[in-house]
Amino acid sequence: MSEGLALPPRAAPIGWTRWLGQLILYGAFALFIGVFSQWPSYRHLPPDGALIKLSLVHSGKPRGACRERSAEELASLPPNMRAPVVCPRERSPVTVELDIDGQAVVRASAPPSGLSRDGASALYVRVPVTAGERRLAVRLNDDATLTEFPYRLERRVRLVPGQVLVIDFDAERGGITLQ
Amino acid sequence: MARTTRAVADRAGEGRDIVSAGAAATGAALWRALEHGLDRLCGASVNPTRHLGALATLMLWVLLISGAWLYAVFDTSVSGAYQSVARLAAAPHAPGGMLRSLHRYATDAFVLLTLAHVLREAAFGRWRHFRRHTWLTGTAVLPFATVAAIGGFWLNWDALGRFSAAATAEWLDALPLFALPLSRNFLLDEAVSDRLFSLFVFIHVGASLLLLFGLWFHLQRLARPALWPPRALSLSTLASLCALAWVAPVTSQPAGSLAEVPGSIAFDWIVLFIHPLMYASSPAWAWLFALVTLGVLVVLPFTSTAPAPAAAVVAPDQCNGCRRCFDDCPFAAITMTRHPDPRRGRELAVVDARACAACGVCAGACPSSTPFRRATPLTSGVDLPDASVDALRVALDAGLAAQGGAAPRVVFACRYGADTQALAGTDSVVLPLVCAGQLPPSFVEYALRAGAARVWITSCREGGCEFRLGVRWTRARLAGTREPHLRGGVSRDRIRLLAAERGEEALLAAALRAEDEHV
Repeated sequence: MSEGLALPPRAAPIGWTRWLGQLILYGAFALFIGVFSQWPSYRHLPPDGALIKLSLVHSGKPRGACRERSAEELASLPPNMRAPVVCPRERSPVTVELDIDGQAVVRASAPPSGLSRDGASALYVRVPVTAGERRLAVRLNDDATLTEFPYRLERRVRLVPGQVLVIDFDAERGGITLQ
Repeated sequence: MARTTRAVADRAGEGRDIVSAGAAATGAALWRALEHGLDRLCGASVNPTRHLGALATLMLWVLLISGAWLYAVFDTSVSGAYQSVARLAAAPHAPGGMLRSLHRYATDAFVLLTLAHVLREAAFGRWRHFRRHTWLTGTAVLPFATVAAIGGFWLNWDALGRFSAAATAEWLDALPLFALPLSRNFLLDEAVSDRLFSLFVFIHVGASLLLLFGLWFHLQRLARPALWPPRALSLSTLASLCALAWVAPVTSQPAGSLAEVPGSIAFDWIVLFIHPLMYASSPAWAWLFALVTLGVLVVLPFTSTAPAPAAAVVAPDQCNGCRRCFDDCPFAAITMTRHPDPRRGRELAVVDARACAACGVCAGACPSSTPFRRATPLTSGVDLPDASVDALRVALDAGLAAQGGAAPRVVFACRYGADTQALAGTDSVVLPLVCAGQLPPSFVEYALRAGAARVWITSCREGGCEFRLGVRWTRARLAGTREPHLRGGVSRDRIRLLAAERGEEALLAAALRAEDEHV
């Protein structure tokens, strides 16, 4: 740099006050990260809380009954499409009800997925509850032609604090399951 | 004779409009107050608040290096993941344990520094016009950074990782995107497979790579982007994180199980704040918060009604293709092409008007901007239509003539620097510049030869330059280390480069008093 040109220095000389100041600055930065990366601790549920997860993936029954095509109808179709029986693709929504200790907690209807409404219905509901003994009543209807619930489960369970109880549906295991 | 001349079309008023409008002015003033306070503590050149983007990039380097090492020892299976990280935590002061702690703390630091970087640029209104591309591409990488940061917690698969993964799945299930709820993957421990864990790794690493890729776009319109902070700042920051990793090493939380909700867990609020926010409200509200925040950042550049300043214009008959403007442009707005007239030069500068900041740094770099040329008007190879070097020369001549033979102080004042009101009532000719870098050094010699007693150039601080490189180039040109340079025969003791930003008018007044007393 040319002599005499009054340019400001690139960095002022560091005295002890600046060293101290910077120590405090970087210390505060580290302290902030150190503290808020683990404090305050987080409690998702109260100490006596438990969680019920009602979750299922299930294909409802077809909405309508299959029917046989008439001879005229079959004749009007191309030979490769002359299936004698035709079934509607659309499936029933799956309706689920959950009562806890006689109180209605969940009333949900899961529509079938897919553009043609021919896919599985899916449901996921989380219900925080207080731990202890609970009387559960779960009802499921997968047939739109029925007014009653073909699948039912009533069970008395003891939930310990922090427990996650999963209510699922598995037709091969008899329907509604608790895990 | 105490007079102050302002003969050049004074664009300071326009500048005040930009920085003084409503909340933006308040935000800018608050941030400047913070920066000036830390300037006194650290010195402006290593003030962390002036290097937030570079510091965030430094954290990214730390994350890449420590992450690569962690990946080498990480067991990407459900049964082995927790154990492989727990082994590192068991020896927290060994290199592996330190790197693991550094990886976590660098993530937190990256999030905080990125947030501060966004706030600073927003406070200074840096989303408009030529900065729109940089602002939007910066906004676009924020979701990748968020995904990468949150996804990193799942890999540990301790109680916190399980909770975060399940909470994220519940958050995503609120969107009508998935035929089957993602949350079903986290109902039971048996539901989590090694395959899902490979997906975690893919998300964490993939989002990090997308973040890097996005940063490449983010920096496209910045010449010489600051990928590294000054050495002292880098070392201090790394040392503070290493000290933190040593004093408070990161430990894994209990492995836990998906069949139970963890009780009280040590929680990283800097990265995972969205989970408690969601459970305190609802997934829909959490999405609303995230999307509105992102939406505001995206929409901001399109809300400006201020007209864009007129871009620099090239005069082909004056451009000899020397490339100085190309080298000095802070926003990579100038490219070189074949000169249509080979007698003038081999190359010709071309200005991309959309990327041009109209800072005038190119005019300050152009050798044809010298006021010693006899041409009238003075036409530079590249110049600002609204604040040309010809207007500057006319104003300088008029200002000196108005002093009636007295030898005044000529002040070339950056309009983003300190308000030069303190010079009113003194023997000063004040000539506003868009940026200090707009000043061709030959103007300093010209002013001294034309009768100025002293020449001042007031500018922002380095690291605080509104146009990034203006102060750096001015300093180098005056010191003779960058072309065009101030000639060696010019008396340096009559020249002063004063770094005083808006809000530091007292510094300017003090320098004025000191010089008056000295004289």
